[in-house]
Amino acid sequence: MNQDLSYERYHRQVILPGFGEQGQRQLADAHVLVIGAGGLGCPALQYLVAAGVGHVGIADDDVVSLSNLHRQVLYTTDDIGKKKAEVAAQKLQQLNPGVVFTTYTERWQQQHCLDFFGAYDIIVDGTDNFATRYLINDACVLLNKPLVYGAVSQFEGQVAVFNASLPDGSRSVNYRHLFPQPPKADEIRNCAEAGVLGVLPGIIGMMQATEVIKLITGIGQPLVNQLLTYDALRQTVFTVALPPATAQAQGVPVDTGAFLQTNYEWLCGVMLDASLEISFGELKQMPHETYLLVDVRERHEQPRLTGFERIEIPMAELETNWDVMEGRQVIFICQSGKRSMQAALRLKEKFPEGEVYSVRGGVGGMMNGELGIRNEE
Amino acid sequence: MTTDILIFGQLTDITRQSKLQANDMPDTDALLAWLKAGYPALESAKFVVAVNGQVIQQNATLSAGATVALLPPFSGG
Repeated sequence: MNQDLSYERYHRQVILPGFGEQGQRQLADAHVLVIGAGGLGCPALQYLVAAGVGHVGIADDDVVSLSNLHRQVLYTTDDIGKKKAEVAAQKLQQLNPGVVFTTYTERWQQQHCLDFFGAYDIIVDGTDNFATRYLINDACVLLNKPLVYGAVSQFEGQVAVFNASLPDGSRSVNYRHLFPQPPKADEIRNCAEAGVLGVLPGIIGMMQATEVIKLITGIGQPLVNQLLTYDALRQTVFTVALPPATAQAQGVPVDTGAFLQTNYEWLCGVMLDASLEISFGELKQMPHETYLLVDVRERHEQPRLTGFERIEIPMAELETNWDVMEGRQVIFICQSGKRSMQAALRLKEKFPEGEVYSVRGGVGGMMNGELGIRNEE
Repeated sequence: MTTDILIFGQLTDITRQSKLQANDMPDTDALLAWLKAGYPALESAKFVVAVNGQVIQQNATLSAGATVALLPPFSGG
């Protein structure tokens, strides 16, 4: 690091009480891996790089799409279609040439944790799905890495520091202590399905960066054994204390061998049977008098589907409504094609002989198709 | 004796509101049974329960003016 340049660059934080040149040196020596360079990852990365974290890993297999830009403000319209990890590293390098970047553009899987976590001091979870969140949590537990967790839902966000090293040599609670088993895929909707206020992941990602800086420099009190919930609509913060871990969390694989054998997508119920999927185009071709179209979204979800005869049965009400589907050719639709796939799999379980389909991409995909927008997961 | 109940995240899809009140609930088991009777979909939902800012792992007595929070996991990023 160029000492003259960095003196001025970091001056405003170096003069902070308790931070000093030592804090700056600790940041420069730190290795932080941010998994997911999206709504949470972008702001976390921007502030960590600006603050002078010396080595930054960026993992994301996705490309920039138009519907990302209302919240992922590191990217511009010209970046659409480019690999997020690569674009992010390029822009962040301009922000701070002193930082060393490593990019990972493959889908993050168990083996990546075993191969690469060793090179990092702190892992930041900026992912957007339960399968990867549980995978990263379990890897952090098995490989003894602190995990800075952040997640958003519509107008609310959560932040916590999991598996931090405590003075007595033990580890703080992790995600599995809080939620031992993942929710079913149809239980909690992601941003593509439920929506998210653009500034919200910005705020939560910055809170994650704050926790990383506190962990590295030792200032303040990181959110260890605590879960913070931020509500943008009321501008309130609600922090709860988590009971300290007295035993290993249920559900964490016993060792790295068992970890490699774990099928996280299956665990999170995001299995999919492609033979049950039809495209929106195929749906339009089918004679409407032969099938029963079932919209499994919540009744308030927009846009409502027009131009199709359909019935509305939100996921939570399916179990009490199977009788209306018995003996019919049933086509399920939702916002993104995820919940409708779970509904189709459940109906198939219920009536193995029945003919059942799920509309790929859902109503969101249909809207994107009509507007000429690339469909986003 | 009333208990304030704060509902977070997509659990409000089920309850339709983020704040509820219950009367004369001796403990969290009674409160959860009352909630699930009113909102059956809570039965299969995942969430942790906090009483006065402290996450609990088993039934907890509710004193007057207690605040109970139901906190589900979020997945978005």
